[in-house]
Amino acid sequence: MINSKVQIGLIAGVFIALGIGLTLYKAISLDLPLVPDQYREVWTVESKTSFAPTNLRSHSQFDLQSKASVNVELRLPSAQAGWVILEEHFASSGFGFSIVEDGTGSSVARWTRQELDRATTLYYKMQIYRASENSSLPALPVTALQKPLLEPDQQAAMDRLVDRLQVQSSNIESFVQLLLQEFLRDSPDQDTLFLIDSYEDDAFAVQMDVLAMADISAHKIRGIVLEDGRRRQTLSSLLEVYTGERWAIFDQGTASAGLPDNFFIWQRGDGSVLNVVGGRDSSLEFALVSNSLPAKAVVGMEQRSDKFALLDFSIYTLPVEQQGIFKGLLLIPVAALVVVFMRVLVGVRTSGTFMPILIALAFIQTTLFIGLAIFLGLIGIGLWIRSYLSHLNLLLVARVATVIIMVILLMAALAVISYKLGIDQVLTVTFFPTVIVAWTIERMSILWEEEGGHEVLIQGSGSLLVAVMAYLVMSNPLVEHLTFNFPELTLSLLGVILLLGKYTGYRLSEFYRFRDMGSR
Amino acid sequence: MMAKLISPFELRDLGILGMNARNIGFIGRYNQRKNYRLADNKLLTKSAAVARGIPVPELYGTVEYQFQVKTMLNSLSGRDSFVIKPAQGSGGKGILVITGRDGDQFVKSSGVLIDEREVRRHSSNILAGLHSLGGRNDCAMIEALIDFDPVLKDYSFEGVPDIRVIVFRGVPVMAMMRCATHSSDGKANLHQGAVGVGIDIGTGQSICAVQHNRIVSQHPDTGISFNQLKIPHWQQVLELAASCASMTGLDYLGADIVLDKQAGVMLLELNARPGLAIQVANQAGLRHRLAAATKIAELTDNQAEKITLARQQFSCATVASGQLSMSIL
Repeated sequence: MINSKVQIGLIAGVFIALGIGLTLYKAISLDLPLVPDQYREVWTVESKTSFAPTNLRSHSQFDLQSKASVNVELRLPSAQAGWVILEEHFASSGFGFSIVEDGTGSSVARWTRQELDRATTLYYKMQIYRASENSSLPALPVTALQKPLLEPDQQAAMDRLVDRLQVQSSNIESFVQLLLQEFLRDSPDQDTLFLIDSYEDDAFAVQMDVLAMADISAHKIRGIVLEDGRRRQTLSSLLEVYTGERWAIFDQGTASAGLPDNFFIWQRGDGSVLNVVGGRDSSLEFALVSNSLPAKAVVGMEQRSDKFALLDFSIYTLPVEQQGIFKGLLLIPVAALVVVFMRVLVGVRTSGTFMPILIALAFIQTTLFIGLAIFLGLIGIGLWIRSYLSHLNLLLVARVATVIIMVILLMAALAVISYKLGIDQVLTVTFFPTVIVAWTIERMSILWEEEGGHEVLIQGSGSLLVAVMAYLVMSNPLVEHLTFNFPELTLSLLGVILLLGKYTGYRLSEFYRFRDMGSR
Repeated sequence: MMAKLISPFELRDLGILGMNARNIGFIGRYNQRKNYRLADNKLLTKSAAVARGIPVPELYGTVEYQFQVKTMLNSLSGRDSFVIKPAQGSGGKGILVITGRDGDQFVKSSGVLIDEREVRRHSSNILAGLHSLGGRNDCAMIEALIDFDPVLKDYSFEGVPDIRVIVFRGVPVMAMMRCATHSSDGKANLHQGAVGVGIDIGTGQSICAVQHNRIVSQHPDTGISFNQLKIPHWQQVLELAASCASMTGLDYLGADIVLDKQAGVMLLELNARPGLAIQVANQAGLRHRLAAATKIAELTDNQAEKITLARQQFSCATVASGQLSMSIL
């Protein structure tokens, strides 16, 4: 039996070596950067195609066809305007699935099934990022114009509108812009109002017809407005107009020209994006998450191949939402190391062993100084209220529960008051762990009664010191980069913590504590 | 105020035991967790001591459930003085000392009057685990107030002085008397400001006194100098402390002993994680002594012999001359 010190040394040594070794391997052979460099914004777009079966029991008795097969076709986006698609993933439980090239360069995902008895959702997920700011789109043939067939009064209103706009504009671009502005005005003129009304409020249809009437080729662009954290985003539209030499994009919402930076094009042209045969109530929704990844990691993912098995089992392969969670989780071991270091090597006294980590996590959300101010405020007012509670002679559990409720009310009051005063940063007060704050108040208050304010000050400032140090370490960009991109370094941390667990030397504070030794 | 620090080399030469070394090298290594219970729970300590014929302060009663709090004072109607403490308290927390009555009210050791309500509130706090290790539910014990030996009267202010003896593998290695002060609120707890007086294992005489880890020469409240302090019944104190080792199975423990005017030497409580301030009070490190105690423990299993050897080994005279007389080992 090897003695425990040697065992710990061996285990810790293996962990530390393993962590550093894997890190170096990834850095050298996979070329992942050890220091944070340029970050890329990677979006995970998850499209949900939902529909219900059409074969209602009432009329399916005799018609075999109506017990019908389902055929769902989703047009897939192709990478354009500088966007790159990293990964695509289809979920099609119980459906036959194929991807069909439609000959025009874009492709269609086709799900088929003989029978369907309940509402179903099909998923298509992809990861995209913008590789370049170049937003030019591939050339598109100009389609022949088809003038709309209108009622005489609509025709008259439209002619007047086209005439007026043509007088005011110098070229096609300014014509389109004036047209869009017309629809955005608070009080459009009579013709416009009449047209919108007669088109049943479909302003887009009016605009398309006006453009056709003015001999301008135009079509819709469908795509997604990228907003982080959106769950039920639907397709948005832009207007693309042929100006005579090229296609130009306009946003009806702002009447501005050009492709917005946060717009991902799904389809150019008027064809349908989703086609469901044999289903009803179909809908297409998107969930969006964005995450910053180091540029080189993104490149690595792009060129991923089997020989990079390490990357294949890395955190990058998780859904982006979980990646974000792990980003935070992987920082906690570093904070734990700070606590171990401060307690074992320095000998700082804290109230509650790992309480400083929770406070530090709250600081990350609130930023340091505001966090400190909020925390001190909460504890201060909490202690004041708690000193009244101690006269009430309550049972311990009820008393702590009372403090918890007090803390929540305080947080609400702080948030409301600061919001009214326009100090938005204080709203982050909600990130403080309520129960921990309540227990801290309770413990501090007991400490005050039993050992005096001196001890409260020592333990309170000790806790804050450790919390601030943990915060500084956790919010360091290099630490964040290393823990997330080289999670194996956590093994090395573990090794170091194991070694510290066997440290029998003096604490820094003991040089002060025993300062009167040997003075006699 | 002197803010100088001591260097790690000096600490090592003096044989000072640090907190980390204590936790890993002694408490973690020699004290089995299953044996903690007996030391951590004062009720268990008391019954184990009684079973072995070790004198302890008389137990007046216990309060285990909240409903008993209401009636707890009825059974105390004949008692003028008593102590209420949590059975699993740590660091002297939650101890309420009543030294007398004044009409319906009780007199605390500091002279402050409190009413029945406050006594009951204190008791229900104890039951809720406010003062106890890990905040566990606890029970309150009510026991006799020590009528301490008048020889020690002036060394303690508004509280009972006790003697902490560190026993390692059955060998008493270091001792200290803890004297309550005004700032410690009558509690013999160094954290709270009590004075620790190092006591020579060999002779029972004082060595040095410290308060808040600083050397003091006299009691801050009574003004008495600690120079002349000599603990009576010293051999019995050491015997009692040493016998606790076999009672608990703990190889590294602190025994807190009091001297009662009538009953003599009594065991107050045990501590499985005794503090390190005793080293400053003794102006000596524990490391060398623990090493010597190991040799003594290997030499003999007889408790009386261990004490005799310890008294020879750890006497100030021997230590001061700079050499542990290993010849006898």
